Amino acid sequence: MQLVTPGIGLIFWMTITFSIVLFLLSKFAWKPILNSIKEREDSINNALSAADDARKAMDALKSDNQKLLNEARAERDRMLKEASEMKDQIIAKATKDAKDVGDKLITSAKEAIEKEKLNALNELKTQVAVLSVDMAEKILRKKMEDRSQQESFVNDNLKSITLN
Amino acid sequence: MFSNKYKITKYLIPAFLVVLYVTYAGLKLANAQHEVHTDSAAINASSEIVATAHGEASHEGATEEHKTEKVDAGKLIMEHIADAYDWHIATIGHTHVSIPLPVIIKDNNGLHVFLSNKFHHGHEAYEGYELKEGKLVNLAGAEFLDLSITKNVFAMFVAVIVLLIIMLSIAGSYKSNALRAPKGIQSFVEPLIIFIRDEVAKPSIGKQYNRFMPFLLTIFFFIFINNMFGLIPIFPGGANVTGNIAVTMVLAAFTFVITLINGNKNYWAHIFMPPGVPGWLLPLMIPIEIIGVLNKPIVLTIRLFANITAGHIIILGFFSLIFIFAEMNTGLGFGVSAFSVAFTTFMSFLELLVAFLQAYVFTLLSAIYFGSAVEEHHHEEHH
Repeated sequence: MQLVTPGIGLIFWMTITFSIVLFLLSKFAWKPILNSIKEREDSINNALSAADDARKAMDALKSDNQKLLNEARAERDRMLKEASEMKDQIIAKATKDAKDVGDKLITSAKEAIEKEKLNALNELKTQVAVLSVDMAEKILRKKMEDRSQQESFVNDNLKSITLN
Repeated sequence: MFSNKYKITKYLIPAFLVVLYVTYAGLKLANAQHEVHTDSAAINASSEIVATAHGEASHEGATEEHKTEKVDAGKLIMEHIADAYDWHIATIGHTHVSIPLPVIIKDNNGLHVFLSNKFHHGHEAYEGYELKEGKLVNLAGAEFLDLSITKNVFAMFVAVIVLLIIMLSIAGSYKSNALRAPKGIQSFVEPLIIFIRDEVAKPSIGKQYNRFMPFLLTIFFFIFINNMFGLIPIFPGGANVTGNIAVTMVLAAFTFVITLINGNKNYWAHIFMPPGVPGWLLPLMIPIEIIGVLNKPIVLTIRLFANITAGHIIILGFFSLIFIFAEMNTGLGFGVSAFSVAFTTFMSFLELLVAFLQAYVFTLLSAIYFGSAVEEHHHEEHH
């Protein structure tokens, strides 16, 4: 029976002690501890979400980089293609130009040659005429040494000229 | 599977053999002395039967002193789990080694404050008072108020001081070690705090859990540390603080008062106007509801008291077995001691669990009561 009869002294001391403990612990232990735990949890959560955000940003950055890289690569390819096309064009054009110039040169050379040939021929003709005249003069001189012959000739010629 | 079984038997068989051997040796010894006690009643833990049995078998040379040394298991256990005015540590021969505790008595003649060793272990009276079987009595039979620092009060003070030192130092390390991972004893206490917050307070109370956290944490750690101190067999542990009905009653009273103070409109409406109950039933329902409310602290009081006291009784019971058997003959005592130590070890582990479990249950039930007091119902349409 003594076991289930609460002692008044123990109730008294227990009430006082427990009140003091409750007060002291609430004020000086639980409040700072609970606040610290809450703060730490918040800071951990923040840090985690920040890390998550950073990771996302990094992923975005990475994909951006990839895009840029792809673009750059495409640009390079395009430029290379253009350059090669341009090269072909230039070569083709140069070849054509050279051909044209050559053709022109050849043509003008041919023309010049033709001209020179004509000149030479004309000169040759003049020369031949002069020489022929000279020869004819000489021959005539030789042939017209005597008077009779001169007269017969002139007569012949006169006969051939019809005066109308 | 097989190897496991083999392992257990490897230890069990030698242990069994040792017990058998010691018992056999004891019996041999007893036969040699021709003093075999065959009285089966002696096995009974009840002390008086042991004492009378011994009395019947008493030999001529048994002196008065010898009789008082007889093992009285019931008395021993009750003495241990009950309160006391001094802290008995050991008895060596006829010398009691104990720490005297202050006796504080308020009566018509004023306040009496003196140390309990003035009583000389109940052999002498002092200032009109004496100890009779561990109880303080006024020789004149007058009324008095006993506010002594008894064994339980003292043990509680020790536990409370340890609790305060631990918690205040942890609070300090939370400040100095802010936003860092917990260190040292902080790492042991923090999971418990978070457990109380997340598994007890939040689900039981709801949104307003923050208001009740300091109280819940205080009762949890108060009960836990007192339970643990109760399991330490030597000074300053071993007192049966949380197994004392006065202590559990005060704890339950705190929970009860806090519940009543925080009871909102819905809480009281549920008691005095239970929703959905026809008017003619109210004279029946209201007393039932009130009994239900009063029941809660009583249940809290008795659960903690009974659990912790039972644990102490079982452990002490096993130890008493050693001395009861040793009284029959020394060898048997040794034999039983192996068995007793094994069971006490097992029980101690169980009690470690109980120490935590009862602190948890008390806290959980308090939280549930608070939860019912602050719960917001939305039954208006039913009224």
